[in-house]
Amino acid sequence: MARYLLRRLIFVFLSLFLIISATFFLMKAIPGDPFTSEKAVPKEILESMMEHYGLNDPIHVQYVKYLGSVVTWELGPSFKYKARTVNDIINDGFPVSFTLGLSALFIAISFGLILGVIAALYHNKWQDYTAMVIAVLGISVPSFILATFSQYIFAMKLGWFPVARWGSIEQIVLPAFALAALPMAFIARLTRSNMLEVLAQDYIKTAKAKGLTKFKTTFVHALRNALMPVITYLGPLSASILTGTFVIERIFGIPGLGSHFVTSISNRDYTVIMGTTVFYSVILLFMILLVDILYGIIDPRIKLSGKGK
Amino acid sequence: MKKQTLVKLMSTAMVSSLVLTACGGGSTAQPSTDKPADQGATEENKAPQVLRLNINSEPPTLDPGLAEDSTSGTLIRQMFEGLTRIGEDENPHEAAAEKIEVSEDLKTYTFTIRENAKWSNGDPVTAYDFEYAWERVLAPETAANYAYQLYVIKNAEKFNKGEIKDVNEVGIKATDERTLVVELENPTPYFLELTAFYTYMPVNKNIVEANKDWANDATDKYVSNGAFKLDKWEHNNIAEIVKNDQYWDADKVQLDRITFAMIEDHATAFNMFENGELDWAGAPTSDLPTDAIPTLKDQGRLNIYPIAGTYWYKFQTEKPPFNNVKMRKAFAYAMDRQTIIDNVTQADQIPAMGAVPPTMGLKNEGYFKDNDLETAKKLFDEGLQELGMTKEELDVTLSYNTSESHQKIAQAIQDQWKKAFGIDVKLENMEWKVYLEEMHSGNYQVGRMGWLGDFNDPINFLELYKDKYGGNNDTLWENADFQRLLGESAVEADPDKRKQILAQAEQILMDEMPIAPIYFYTKSYVKDDKVKGVLLHGLGDVDYKYAYIE
Repeated sequence: MARYLLRRLIFVFLSLFLIISATFFLMKAIPGDPFTSEKAVPKEILESMMEHYGLNDPIHVQYVKYLGSVVTWELGPSFKYKARTVNDIINDGFPVSFTLGLSALFIAISFGLILGVIAALYHNKWQDYTAMVIAVLGISVPSFILATFSQYIFAMKLGWFPVARWGSIEQIVLPAFALAALPMAFIARLTRSNMLEVLAQDYIKTAKAKGLTKFKTTFVHALRNALMPVITYLGPLSASILTGTFVIERIFGIPGLGSHFVTSISNRDYTVIMGTTVFYSVILLFMILLVDILYGIIDPRIKLSGKGK
Repeated sequence: MKKQTLVKLMSTAMVSSLVLTACGGGSTAQPSTDKPADQGATEENKAPQVLRLNINSEPPTLDPGLAEDSTSGTLIRQMFEGLTRIGEDENPHEAAAEKIEVSEDLKTYTFTIRENAKWSNGDPVTAYDFEYAWERVLAPETAANYAYQLYVIKNAEKFNKGEIKDVNEVGIKATDERTLVVELENPTPYFLELTAFYTYMPVNKNIVEANKDWANDATDKYVSNGAFKLDKWEHNNIAEIVKNDQYWDADKVQLDRITFAMIEDHATAFNMFENGELDWAGAPTSDLPTDAIPTLKDQGRLNIYPIAGTYWYKFQTEKPPFNNVKMRKAFAYAMDRQTIIDNVTQADQIPAMGAVPPTMGLKNEGYFKDNDLETAKKLFDEGLQELGMTKEELDVTLSYNTSESHQKIAQAIQDQWKKAFGIDVKLENMEWKVYLEEMHSGNYQVGRMGWLGDFNDPINFLELYKDKYGGNNDTLWENADFQRLLGESAVEADPDKRKQILAQAEQILMDEMPIAPIYFYTKSYVKDDKVKGVLLHGLGDVDYKYAYIE
């Protein structure tokens, strides 16, 4: 186990290094820089700005400097937001995105599992069809349509929730549901197909024959085994949902991290581009590692050792 | 650690929800203040004096010396006050300065700082604060992008570019606590307008010298001298300013608080307005969603006002076919501006047949006729002949930065050119910063750009085309007569004569047509009827000093 973990950690650091390098050089290859603007600035001022932010150094020097700043987790000042450092931006934005993402994950997992289980138990009955219609809608309706739609119905027409902004419990509800719709639908479909497969297995028949309650056969024996693919999907999903999403955060005016992934690129805000990418990669790699460890816990037949693969 | 932040987050969430419900409660309770029982009250306005706005995005900085964008500018203008302030009549008036004396040659300005001008922490505002603030902007190590706004001051440019090391040679002198003497390079008729601009606003010398990060958050280090002061700044979420009791003219300020939400999505902000969560939607701090504009106009709720800005197409004047002046004119004359305004932009823009906006009053009737197909066709044929080309050989690409509104205009013009000349013009769009690079390096044929005035003077628009590599020119066009006229205007002290000179220069620009003006910008907004007294200026900025809720 320890050796396996060590090996995986080495892979994590290697992937991180590759991601940082690729992002760094791709980013420098885009035309334009943080100071490209519609109203041209005198050359001398531009020069002193470049000097001020260390952009006059040769690119390999900048690259090595950047690697150093990742190691110390001092990600530097933002070019666009002069009052802020990249660390500030992540420290302020991530808790917000995390709270919203966690609420959405909770909704997605609980509703997704319930829908999936119901659909499988009542295979080809109206319950199944209803659950799958909901799932198809969740997958095919884009989140921004769902978001605008729910704003219109629940905030403007019914007045149950505020239209947008962040800070209170009511303000979490609409964005969390809009964000949860797609993963919920996906989880429901995954659960359903795996449950169907598992329910046909002999050991389920044995469990039924032993006279166990339907509840116990379903949730203890069947669901546990049907969960594996869902767990696999949950790794990358959590990484992306917890670090924030551009569309939902923009539509609901939420001060999360999501918008920085996109706007930093159009601003050519180099340090923010790098900072958000590195941060996201760290979380993603960590989540994938976590999923691998979870496999062993859910299914003891999977041995977490480096040998015998 | 994670738990802690979560707990913190939850508690802030609950506190702010309390604040929010408090605000909400206030506004819904408002109609009840109309009850006749209140009529006996001595106070004029019983409504809570809170204005709720959307500023669209996080202000990049709240440091007047470093600001270079309208979002930061809007907030800074409410919290700081320069020597002058633009009044309702669009002219600069005494503000932090109570007396302004100008020397005979119009090159030396002596400002007397108001005796009761105070910072929000109670310190007096002194001439030294101004001297310090301006020299700080000019110091190369400050790396202030907008330092060039101060270049009209004697030796400011040289000092900023490092050609002069001694700051005492720059024409800014505080001779005592209340006297600031400023020497200029040339007589600059718009100098008192510049002193109202945010780059010219003072900073508190003691505070700024002691704290490098004074402007990064809403703390007691953030000290300002204007009508309002900063109360709260939740980055990317909301900024709130409250009335500054130390302000010398605080009696005239009626609003207690202004909240600036940072909602990027125009549709969301508009929905919030419709739902009563905001008091104002659209310009000047944000925009309305384009598809809402026609409906709002039909309902008679839309307010539209002109601002000093021009939307134009630029020609690359060194590449065929637009190295030929007749071609440039043909393409410019063939545009049907009124049709585009009526059907595409739909916000009552003004067709532009000149470069300088009508608010600056050079020649409002324009220099040519809109949609002049006859002349256009004639010029087109002559142009082809001079170039030695046939219509089929003509290969024209029209560029714009990726955006739905620019695309619609480009498509309309593509169609108009096809109808006029029977040619197929290609369209090409690019991401904003890539587009700017291409335009600045002359790598295009025709491309869209716009210009919003920095100050209310025609020179701000004409100067762009003075030098071939002037940075904002892009067209690679240069003309000796044009340059000579602009040079003359800089030293001409008589305003009427100066205006004539500038009109002649604009005439040359329109005869040579390196740019095809399309329309002069307008701004549109909707507001709650109870919001009164907001000053909307012709340069697109806004002043909430006299605003109130009825």
